[in-house]
Amino acid sequence: MSILVNKDTRVICQGFTGSQGTFHSEQAIEYGTKVVGGVTPGKGGQKHLGLPVFNTVSEAYSATEAEASVIYVPARFCKESILEAIDAGIKLIVCITEGIPTLDMLVAKEKCDLEGVRLIGPNCPGVITPGECKIGIMPGHIHLPGKVGIVSRSGTLTYEAVKQTTDHSFGQSSCVGIGGDPIPGSNFIDILGLFEEDDQTEAIVMIGEIGGTAEEEAAAFIKANVTKPVVAYIAGVTAPPGKRMGHAGAIISGGKGTAEEKFSALNDAGVKTVRSLADIGSGLSEICGW
Amino acid sequence: MNLHEYQAKQLFGEYDLPVSRGFAVDSGDEAAEATKKLGGGKWVVKAQVHAGGRGKAGGVKLVDTAAEAKAFAEKWLGEKLVTYQTDANGQPVSKILVEECVEIDQELYLGAVLDRATRRIVFMASVEGGVEIEKVAAESPEKILKIAIDPLTGPLSFQGRELGYKLGLSGEQIKQFTGLFLGLSRLFLDLDLALLEINPLVITKQGNLNCLDGKINADGNALFRQPKLRGMQDPSQEDERESRAAKWDLNYVALDGNIGCMVNGAGLAMGTMDIVQLYGGSPANFLDVGGAANKERVTEAFKIILSDENVAAVLVNIFGGIVRCDLIAEGVIGAVNEVGVSVPVVVRLEGNNAELGREVLDKSGLNILAASSLADAAQKAVDAAGASK
Repeated sequence: MSILVNKDTRVICQGFTGSQGTFHSEQAIEYGTKVVGGVTPGKGGQKHLGLPVFNTVSEAYSATEAEASVIYVPARFCKESILEAIDAGIKLIVCITEGIPTLDMLVAKEKCDLEGVRLIGPNCPGVITPGECKIGIMPGHIHLPGKVGIVSRSGTLTYEAVKQTTDHSFGQSSCVGIGGDPIPGSNFIDILGLFEEDDQTEAIVMIGEIGGTAEEEAAAFIKANVTKPVVAYIAGVTAPPGKRMGHAGAIISGGKGTAEEKFSALNDAGVKTVRSLADIGSGLSEICGW
Repeated sequence: MNLHEYQAKQLFGEYDLPVSRGFAVDSGDEAAEATKKLGGGKWVVKAQVHAGGRGKAGGVKLVDTAAEAKAFAEKWLGEKLVTYQTDANGQPVSKILVEECVEIDQELYLGAVLDRATRRIVFMASVEGGVEIEKVAAESPEKILKIAIDPLTGPLSFQGRELGYKLGLSGEQIKQFTGLFLGLSRLFLDLDLALLEINPLVITKQGNLNCLDGKINADGNALFRQPKLRGMQDPSQEDERESRAAKWDLNYVALDGNIGCMVNGAGLAMGTMDIVQLYGGSPANFLDVGGAANKERVTEAFKIILSDENVAAVLVNIFGGIVRCDLIAEGVIGAVNEVGVSVPVVVRLEGNNAELGREVLDKSGLNILAASSLADAAQKAVDAAGASK
C-alpha cells in the first residue's frame, strides 16, 4: 500500500490549460498518473492533452468521479479554487502554487477541516507514490518504489532525500511535500500518522526548517504514536533571526522557531537527527540496519 | 513588509482609532511649523525607522519649544539611527513624527499576530505595557491575555469586552477598548496584516485610551491587492542587495561569512548554508534562484553575490529536477564569463543530465570546480575560500 494516492487515483487539474498546468499534467500522464481531465473556466467542452476540459470543478467531478484535484492557478485565485474543489466534493486537494495570502489560507484550511477534505500544500512540490501516481512538480525519474515515507516542508530538500534513498536502493513508499507556508493544509503530524499506519512504509524521513513549531509538535506526536524509525533533518541552523528565508513560513520570530529548538525536540523524542543534509541515506542505514 | 509608526497611526486614524494628533515632517522648518499647528507647550518628536528601541537610542524626545523640535529634526534627518534591533550601520531617518503630548496614567500592551499553531489571528493584551513584550512572555506568560478570532465568524464585541474587563478597565474605557479591538481586527483583515502592535496603549490622565506607538507588518504575498500598502513601502529601510534581488524574483539574505551561495529552492539554500558551516566555512548569503535557473537569473545572482566584497568563493548548488543540468552548466559558464568572476566557483549539479553538466563545466577552461557530491562541494568551497583569502 501507499498513502494518499495510488495507481487508481483519478486526478483532475485546476488551471489545466495554463502553461504550468499543461507542462506538469503532461509529465504526470507520462509517469502513469490517471489524469482524467481538467478545469479552465470558459474552455469547457474542449480537449486538452487528449482529455476533457470542464468549466467548473463540479462538472468535472460529476463527469470523471475524480478523487483528487491538483491546483496550478495563480496565487490570487487559489482560495477560490480550493473552496470550489471542496464544494464540488473532491476529497484530496493538492495545491502547488506559491505566494497565497495567509489570510486566504486561514479560511481555506478552516473550510477543509469542516468538510473533511485533505489539503496538501500550498507552496509545495505535491505528492507521489513512486511507480503509481505523481501529483505535482517533482521529477518522477529520481524516485524508486520502496519502503521509506518522506514528508518535507521544502521541495528541493525532498528531492535530495529521494535521491539518497534511491541511491541506497531503499526506495520510497510515498513522498509528501507539505509546503513552506505558515498555514499548510496538512502538517507533519497528519502525514506521520498515515505513514505509521501504512504497511509499505518501514521508516520515515522528516525534513523540517526554521519557523513555527510544527517540528516540535511532530516530535511530541512521534514520541507518543510512531513506532517506525524516523530520520529527521532541519534546515536553517545558520539562518539569522527575523529574516524570511525564501519560504513565507521560514522565519525565526521573537527568538522562536530556531533549528536548534527543533533538533532538540526531535532528539528528545528518540528521532535520529542528521546535521548534514548529505547524511539522510546513511542515517536510515544506521537506525534500520539496512 | 513593515510600516513606519506614522503610517501605522495614519491607518489607525482612518479606522477611527484613538491616536495623538501629529505630523510626519521631513525638514527642521516643518518640524517647527508642526508644533505651531498642534498648539500647546509640549510635544514629542520621534525619528521614523523600521526598528524598535528608538527611545533608548536617542530617537525619541520630549520638547518644549519649536526650536528644540527643529534642532531634533535637523540632527536626525539624513542620519542613521542605531538601536538594539538594527545592525551596526543603523537605519536611515527620512521622516520625523511630531506629536502632541499626552499625560499618561497607565501603560498597557495590545498586539495581534497570525498564530501558526492555532491558525487564528490572536490578540494579546497585557497590563505590562511599554516594556519588551517578549520579556513578559518569557518571564510571566500568565500576564499575557489572549483572544483568538474565528476565521468564519470574524471578531465579536464580547471578545473585546472580555479582554477589556480582564485588563481591569471599566465603564467608558470598556466601550473604547471594544471599539479599538473591533477596529484593529478590521484593519488586520482588510489590509492582510501579519502583525500589529501597540506598545504602549496608554490610559491618559483623562481616562481615555490612546495608541501611543504603532507597529505594523503586512503579508508580502497579499500586496497585489493592497495598493495603499504598496504606496507606503520604504525601500530605504531594506538591505540594498535584498531589494535588488527582489526585483529579479531572487530571494537573497545577506550574512557575514565569505562563501557566496547560489541554490535552487529555499530549503536547499538553507541546507547548503548549513553544510558549509558544518565543513568549517561560513556562508556569505542565502540565495534562492528559484525553479527557472536560466542564464539571466544566474548572471544577476552572481552580480548580487559578488557585490559583497567578503565573498572569497562561490558555491552553486542546483538540483535539476525538471530542468536539464547541462543547460544550467551553460548558464553558469555564460554568467561567469559575462560578470568576470575572479573568485573560485564550485558547482554541484544533481538530477537531470548531471553527468553531462559536469563535463560541460570541466571543458569550459574557467576557474570552475565541478563537485561530485554535496559533501564534496561543501569541502571544495571551504578549501577554495580558505586558499583565496
